[in-house]
Amino acid sequence: MSLLASIPNPLGTSSITEVHDQMPSTSEILQTLTFQSGYNTNLVILGTTLLGLAAGIIGVFALLRKRSLMTDALSHATLPGIAIAFLTATTLGFNSKYIPTLLIGAGVTGIIGVLCIQAILRFSRLREDAAIGIVLSVFFGAGIVGLSYIQANAASGSAGLNKFIYGQAATMQPPDVLLMGGIALAAILATFLFLKEFALICFNDSFAKVDGWPVSMIDLVMMGLVVLVTVAGLQAVGLILVVAMLIIPAVAARLWTERLLQLVIIAGLIGAGSGYLGSVISALLPRKPAGAVIVLTCSGIFVLSMIAAPSRGIVSAVVRRVRLRLKIEADHIFEHAYESSSNLISNTELKDLSGFRGWTMAFRWMLIRSMLNAGQAVRTNVGLELTNAGTHRGAQVSRNHALWEQYLMSYADIAPSHVDWSVDQVEHVLSQELVNELERTLSSRGITIPQPNESSA
Amino acid sequence: MPVHPTNPESSQGLAARPEHSANSPLSIHAMTVAYHRKPVLWDVDYDAPPNKLIAIVGPNGAGKSTLIKSCLGLVPKASGQVEFWGQSYKQARSRVGYVPQRESVDWDFPVSALDVVCMGRYRKIGWCKPVSKKHKEAGLRCLDQVGMHDFANRQISQLSGGQQQRVFLARALAQEADLYFMDEPFAGVDAATERAIVQVLRKLKEDNKTVIVVHHDLQTVSDYFDEVILLNMRVVAAGEVNEVFTSENLHKTYGGRLTLLAEAAEAVARASSGSN
Repeated sequence: MSLLASIPNPLGTSSITEVHDQMPSTSEILQTLTFQSGYNTNLVILGTTLLGLAAGIIGVFALLRKRSLMTDALSHATLPGIAIAFLTATTLGFNSKYIPTLLIGAGVTGIIGVLCIQAILRFSRLREDAAIGIVLSVFFGAGIVGLSYIQANAASGSAGLNKFIYGQAATMQPPDVLLMGGIALAAILATFLFLKEFALICFNDSFAKVDGWPVSMIDLVMMGLVVLVTVAGLQAVGLILVVAMLIIPAVAARLWTERLLQLVIIAGLIGAGSGYLGSVISALLPRKPAGAVIVLTCSGIFVLSMIAAPSRGIVSAVVRRVRLRLKIEADHIFEHAYESSSNLISNTELKDLSGFRGWTMAFRWMLIRSMLNAGQAVRTNVGLELTNAGTHRGAQVSRNHALWEQYLMSYADIAPSHVDWSVDQVEHVLSQELVNELERTLSSRGITIPQPNESSA
Repeated sequence: MPVHPTNPESSQGLAARPEHSANSPLSIHAMTVAYHRKPVLWDVDYDAPPNKLIAIVGPNGAGKSTLIKSCLGLVPKASGQVEFWGQSYKQARSRVGYVPQRESVDWDFPVSALDVVCMGRYRKIGWCKPVSKKHKEAGLRCLDQVGMHDFANRQISQLSGGQQQRVFLARALAQEADLYFMDEPFAGVDAATERAIVQVLRKLKEDNKTVIVVHHDLQTVSDYFDEVILLNMRVVAAGEVNEVFTSENLHKTYGGRLTLLAEAAEAVARASSGSN
């Protein structure tokens, strides 16, 4: 880390690269979280937070434009650019470690990589995934060859170039932080100005083209922002992991919202949050590379979102499934009671049903609770007694069953003996709209199912 | 066979065309289109009469969608010209509306039905400006016309296929064009959607618009349309439905699995890819 050693530490406080051997204390954690643990550490935390913000915002458009994989190819294709820029600078006698030169080289070959993918798609019969695979590996291979050539031949030594592969946030300097800030600002500004145009192109580019929008130009702006973020992220998280900073916040945010503007804001916050938390954690733990910790933090947020997000999360999916099953089982009970014109389900019947339908204790408890809460049944010493509402529900289910059965027999050509089995799934999910439609269709064939006789209740 | 009442020449006849193109919302002249060097449309000539509902019918792979896509510049032409009211597409663009195939987009996109419809207003709104209340109200009126007012704030993946199709139709209405291209709007839709689309088509005709629809259901052609283009890599016949939509022409369009043209196209593709 010759580069790092040469950096003076203006405040003389502890730096992110000092090796800790124990777990950090609470006060250390608090200090790091509140930007009080030294100049270098603060730079890194601020820089990665801004990078996360920019990447989160721009990543939304890369994701919606279905460019996730292409972004990965782009980041891998930056490596030969770094090697070429280094060699050119050395040959011409410039400072070969001047970071902006290296980043410009990275950007140039990154863009060439993307253009190569487009060219392969246009002039061959290969599909996009194959084209991306080829470009990604060929460019990365060329970059590795370049780096090893530099290692073997360059007089000034090449230590430090490897950091672009795995990232080394600790080497961040004030100009780098300014760069991150500038890119974050550009991302916010571009989104603010072009949200409508970006949305149109991402959703339906052929419509946009017919409508007279310069699709390739808008695409170029979007892709240009992706290139900027990627190149800026090389130093902090490295070219292998930078794609994660673009895509994961967007994917996680998608779980929380159905609106584009909210998606952009949440993705930006998740990106910034994981940049901040990740670099704080890596500052506190001994020898943990910031880039990898940031990406892992980001993935952690994604996993949490996947579990807890409303409507798209796993928990809410399970809740929905249990609710549906409760509804179906309760429907069956009410239907059975209605058809056997009895208002009572005895405790023994309930026990038999439990075994027969495979209810667990907990499920049976929830089932009975749901019936009681809905006011469709009341508990007596002998079992469950249906209220008027319960009988009505049974009648409704029974009628839906009959409607659907008739429909299948007269329209879908299902043998009557098979009808009952396929009806069982559908009758519970029929909406009032569909029921009305069924009634209309059947009555056009002269089939009517009488409304349930409520007087029996 | 008559191509068009105002143009009694055969479909290959080019005489008198320039006089008519200025009135015709769409005139296609000697257009050939190829995908990956495989020709899919040969030498298409057609003048659309104004203020008509026009169906394009033909078997799978006949080039129906390609025909409208190449008119709109989405697919490059190998040769030929397309004019709109005697102008180039660039000049006439603001008078042209488009309904793409429903399957051509990812419906799991984080926008509402109204957001999609408002995309049809973007051209009027212009660069960098948000969608104003005025344009949202116009969008709502378009949703109303297709019976989707109540679904304005629904996320688009929560709509049924037919409802999604109606959202696309509403977006085209929001464009307020004079000539519409619709790519398979009737494909896989429910009865309510079909009724809504037909209603919109008739309303458009009342308002002196011209609509060109890629259509797959031969049963409904005479009910819904005034004009028909029978297409199978070339224009087999085109003109008023009651004159052109004959069983003989249909047989020419659909009969035979592989026409000579299709075989020739295959041969061209094989030869140019060098695998023969």
